[in-house]
This record gives sequence, C-alpha cells and structure tokens, in this order.
Amino acid sequence: MAEQETQEQSSGEPSGERGIYEGLAYYLMAPAWVTLFVFLVVPLGIMLVYSFLTKEFRGGVIWEFSLAAYDQFFFDRGLFGDEPARIEWTYIGIFWRSLWQAGLATLLCLLLGFPTAFVIATRSGRWKFVWLFLITIPYWVNLLIRTISMKFLIRDNGPLNEWLLAIGVLDKPLHLINTDFAIQLGLFYSYLPFMVLPIYASIERYNFALSEAAADLYASRWYTLRRVIFPLVKPGVVAGCILVFVPSLGAFLAPDLLGGAKKFMIGSLIEEQFKGNIGNWPFGAAASMLLLSLVLVMLTCYALSQSRARR
Amino acid sequence: MTPSAHTAVGIVGVTKRYGDYVALRDLSLEISDNEFFTLLGPSGCGKTTLLRVIAGFEEISAGSIFLYGEDIGALPPNKRHVNTVFQQYALFPHMTVLENVLFGLRRLGVAEDNARKQGFEALELVQMSGLQDRLPAQLSGGQQQRVALARALAPRPKVLLLDEPLSALDLKLRQAVRLELKQIQHETGITFVFVTHDQEEALTISDRIAVMNEGVLQQVGESREIYESPSNSFVASFIGETNLLPVRDLRVDGARATCLLPGGVQFSFPAEGGASAGEGLLSIRPERLSLTSPQEGLLNGEVVDHIYLGTDVHVVIAVAGTLSLTARVQNDGAASIPDLGARVGVMLEAGAVRLLRN
Ligand SMILES: Nc1ncnc2c1ncn2[C@@H]1O[C@H](COP(=O)(O)OP(=O)(O)OP(=O)(O)O)[C@@H](O)[C@H]1O
Ligand SMILES: [Mg+2]
Repeated sequence: MAEQETQEQSSGEPSGERGIYEGLAYYLMAPAWVTLFVFLVVPLGIMLVYSFLTKEFRGGVIWEFSLAAYDQFFFDRGLFGDEPARIEWTYIGIFWRSLWQAGLATLLCLLLGFPTAFVIATRSGRWKFVWLFLITIPYWVNLLIRTISMKFLIRDNGPLNEWLLAIGVLDKPLHLINTDFAIQLGLFYSYLPFMVLPIYASIERYNFALSEAAADLYASRWYTLRRVIFPLVKPGVVAGCILVFVPSLGAFLAPDLLGGAKKFMIGSLIEEQFKGNIGNWPFGAAASMLLLSLVLVMLTCYALSQSRARR
Repeated sequence: MTPSAHTAVGIVGVTKRYGDYVALRDLSLEISDNEFFTLLGPSGCGKTTLLRVIAGFEEISAGSIFLYGEDIGALPPNKRHVNTVFQQYALFPHMTVLENVLFGLRRLGVAEDNARKQGFEALELVQMSGLQDRLPAQLSGGQQQRVALARALAPRPKVLLLDEPLSALDLKLRQAVRLELKQIQHETGITFVFVTHDQEEALTISDRIAVMNEGVLQQVGESREIYESPSNSFVASFIGETNLLPVRDLRVDGARATCLLPGGVQFSFPAEGGASAGEGLLSIRPERLSLTSPQEGLLNGEVVDHIYLGTDVHVVIAVAGTLSLTARVQNDGAASIPDLGARVGVMLEAGAVRLLRN
C-alpha cells in the first residue's frame, strides 16, 4: 500500500524498463517467497493449529481439539469452570492497555522523529550520513542490553537521579522505574529509528522546489508543511508508524524490564505462556493469533479508507 | 535613490555572495510597469540568482529591492506580490491542475467563487480549459508548462518572473509559445521579467533586454539598440555574430575613417562622423559586409572556409594572413558564393562599423 503511493508520486518517469524484467519477475522474487513461506507462513500455521489444541500442564500440548484457549481469553467461568460464563476483562484490558501504549509510543516517535528526519534530510551531503550514522549507532547493541542499561540509568538510585539530586533540581529521587512513563521511554528509545529512517527516505526524495513554489504562491511555512510536504512524504510517515506501532504492540522487553512484571502488556502476556512451568501454549498461541488479527484488521481499515479517499 | 512608484521592479546596488563567490555584483536596474523585460546572458551569469532575489528566495548581501516603490528586501517570498514560473515547473504532483491554479488565489483569501472564476480564466488564457481535473503527471511537458504559467498568472501578480520557461520545449513549440507569451503579457498588462540564454528569443520577444555576464550588468536597452549599438565587445559578440577587429591609430576625417589593423594593414572605411580617434575594437556584423572583386574592395583576402546556414552562407576570408573576417552571403545558388581559395574584395557601407572602447 505504501509502495503504491510512492509509485504514484513518481509516475512521471517512463515505465518502459519494467517490461524487460517482467518475465524474470517470478524468478527474482522466488528467494523472498520461499523465505517468507518457510519462516513466516509455516510458523503462523503451527501457531494457529496449537491455539486449537488442549494444554499440557508444564508447557506443551495434547493433540486434541479444543476451544479452551479462546474461551479462557474472553470468558470467566469461575475457578472450577462450572459457573455461568461472564466476560473476562483481564486479557481484553491488557490488549487495550497495549494498544494505548503502542499508540502513544508511535505518536511520540512521530512527533520527535519527523523533525529529526526533516533536519537530517535537509543537511548537505556529508552531514546527512554523519547524522544517520549517529542515529543508528545504538542499534549495533542488542535490544536486551540497551533495555537493561535504560533500567539501570533511571532506577531510583541510578545515575539520572543522582545527577538531578546533585545539581539540586530534586530533593528526593524521581520514581521512574515500573511506571508507564518508563515503558514509554523504553518503547520510544527502542523504535525511534524505525520512524526516522523511512521518513528520512521520503523527505530525501521530496523536491524542495515545491516548497518554494508554495511560498511563491503566498503559503505560510506551516501551510506548506501540512498541505504540500506532508501529503508527499506520507508514504514514509505511514511506513514509520507501522514499523513502530506493530513491534511496540508486541514488545515485552521494555514492559517487563522497565514497567515491572505487574504492568502486563500483550507481549509479556504471550511470552509468559511459553516459559517456565506455569505456561499455557494454546493460550499463548491464541493470544498471538488474536493480536495478529487485530493488527490485520487495523491495517485493512487504513488501506480501505485510503483507497476510498482517493476516489 | 528610491525608484518611483511607476517602476515595477527597482534594483539598487544589489550584490549577492555565496561564500566568497560573487553571483551578482553591485547591480542596479529599473524595470518599468507593463514591460516585457528580458534578462539575457550565458549560463552561470546570475540570471536565476537575480530572479530568486526578486522573488525572495535568496537574501541579498547588499543593496535594496523595490516593488512599485515599496522596499521588499526584507519580506519573505509569500509576502511579495510577485509570482514565478519555475524552470522545472514545480507543479504540486498531488493536486489536480485546477487545485494547482487555485493554490495562490486561496492563499490570498480570495472567495471561492471568485477564485474559481479567476482560475478558469487563467486556464483559458493558456488554452488549457478542459484539462482541469488531470494530475500533473498526466500532462505532456508543454501542457505542464502552460499549467505552471496559469498557476502563476491566476493570482494576478504585480510582476511575473519566468525562468527559462521554454527551455524544455522543442524549437517549433518554443517559437509558438513565445508569441503567445508576448500576447498574454499584452492582454494582462502584468510586468514580465523573462530569463533566457537564447539571444534570438530575447530579441524577438522583449520590450527591453538586460545583458548580463559574470554577475555584472553589461547593457540595458531595446532589442534594436542592443544589437546595433552594443556598448562593449561582450554584448557585441554575445548578441548575434560579429567580426571584432582590434585597431590602432584610428583617425576620422569627415565621412571617412582610417586605421591600422593588426599586421600593419591600412584600413579606410566610410564612417558616420562622431567616432573619435585612438585605439579600440571595431565591430562589424557579417551581414553588413559584402563581397566584390579584389580591385574594388576596401580590404581583400582569400576565401578559406564556408559555413552553411541554410538561407545564408558564412564566407570566412583571411586578410593579410593574420586577420579573418566573416561575411554573410545570401544563398541564391552557387554563383554568388566564391569558391575556396578565390581572392575577393570586402565592401561595407557607412554605419556598418561600430567602435567599441575596451
Ligand atoms: N546556492 C549556491 N551556492 C553557491 N553558488 C551558487 C549557488 N547558486 C548559484 N550559484 C552560482 O552563482 C552563479 C550564477 O548562478 P545562476 O543559477 O544565477 O546562473 P544562471 O545565469 O541562471 O545560469 P543558467 O543559464 O545555467 O541557468 C553560478 O556560477 C552558480 O554556480
Ligand atoms: Mg538559471
């Protein structure tokens, strides 16, 4: 979908070359298809099947069809399963919380990532690459290590608080760890480059003569940004939002390590089901399938609204 | 020093530097109201820079700019009532032709019905009615150029700036659009400042021309004045073709002048008084030279080359070995064109020679 818009933006170019590769297309795409099939479609299939099996205590499954996992997700039938079914709000609540957290993280990444990308894309040649390099440097370090470092930095007697106390901004340590703020900080820090890079790429392709044309035709800078620049770099913004939102939704490192075990999010919930001996594989698989469906529904709604808006 | 309110664009002592590079050097120029004014000069001479300075895209390093008597030097582009037709059109690719044309009108706060009326008028003026719902990518280059023109005309600016708007069109179309532009300028009464490096284009279209070189203004005047009385050798050789002869000991004696050409050749020619004595450069247009027999010529030499131009032929004549002259001869069959190696005489009438001092 994002690609479709990009093509439209540059449809002034001749498309004759495409013909030459037409016949080769299937062969060229084969490696990608095979990889996607083996490592995406097959595992998803396994998850789907497992979500309809019966749980084995201490992890694993019994090969017997059952809807228990989905039932457990949506309904509360009492401790022994003999009471009349009531809606189970726990897991829906966790989903809701996760959506909200991921949405907020995406918004924060967008608000800070867009200006960052804009500034980088408008630097002259060499500086562009210096800035891009600096943005990506932290990502050479494993996410787990980065998240633990973040935890260390912001804990009550960590360097951040010590410094703030030392310069006299605070008189008692700021309690950050195990709060929603800490989760946001972790998500923001983890996924910011996924917002910056696609937006950078589309601003890079943007023709700044259009901004001059807009100014020439009496548009203010703000109007130019909203009505000329933004619509033309939107494919990059959408790509960035998807790249931040989707992994934030399923993230478990930041919520686990920074938000504390009590602040459950979907990612942590699912992860719980597959580790240790309290795990419930079918339930974990069912929650994963529900998460996947949710994301697909949202993306489809977006795609539909876009194609309708275009007509 | 402030230009009057009848001067559309007043440029006073404008200098523009990019770092150490001086793109415009102490440039002063007055463009009158309702004038088709052309900036002409070789590539890199600062034409685009001057337009961008007027439009407000570049800050000037020194000097001031006036629009109908108002100092606009400190105003941002969106506060200057001038519009630009960009060299690469710069149409908004996500907006239809009509939305592009209405952009400026809407920003100016013109009421929607009036805006649409003016927009359609502008489209009609450039003969693009009927294509208002297309996207720019669905138009040919020539059509995009017309939309760019309509977009800049629609808000009825005080001054329209055009940066080589015809350069992407083929010759035939360019000649046609050129005349249309002139027509549109006449109909709308908007002052046009037109940039080109094509001297023929400049000569045919303009009320007045400013010739620039390396950021310095060389001469301002009407087409005829620029062509027939160039003020220096740059203008003489840039506009049309000319023979430039460095001379010494120039003496004017009534209706005749004599001088010494390089190689010590004595040259005597009919002059229209006034030309003073001394050293300088003579400029003689090839079409003002005619060929005769060696005995009758003011100078004589040997034909060393023919340059075929279609309706005419340039005949290159070597005079006394060191000097070469080009004469333009009408191509009316082989008879009138001397063969290579033939000895010919060169004639000219009064007024054909212009003395440049530099
Ligand atoms: N942003 C800039 N930074 C540095 N130098 C510049 C810049 N813009 C233009 N110049 C220089 O200023 C000079 C004039 O440029 P300008 O674009 O005005 O030329 P021009 O007369 O429009 O040429 P052309 O006919 O090729 O379009 C050129 O030598 C150019 O290299
Ligand atoms: Mg230019």
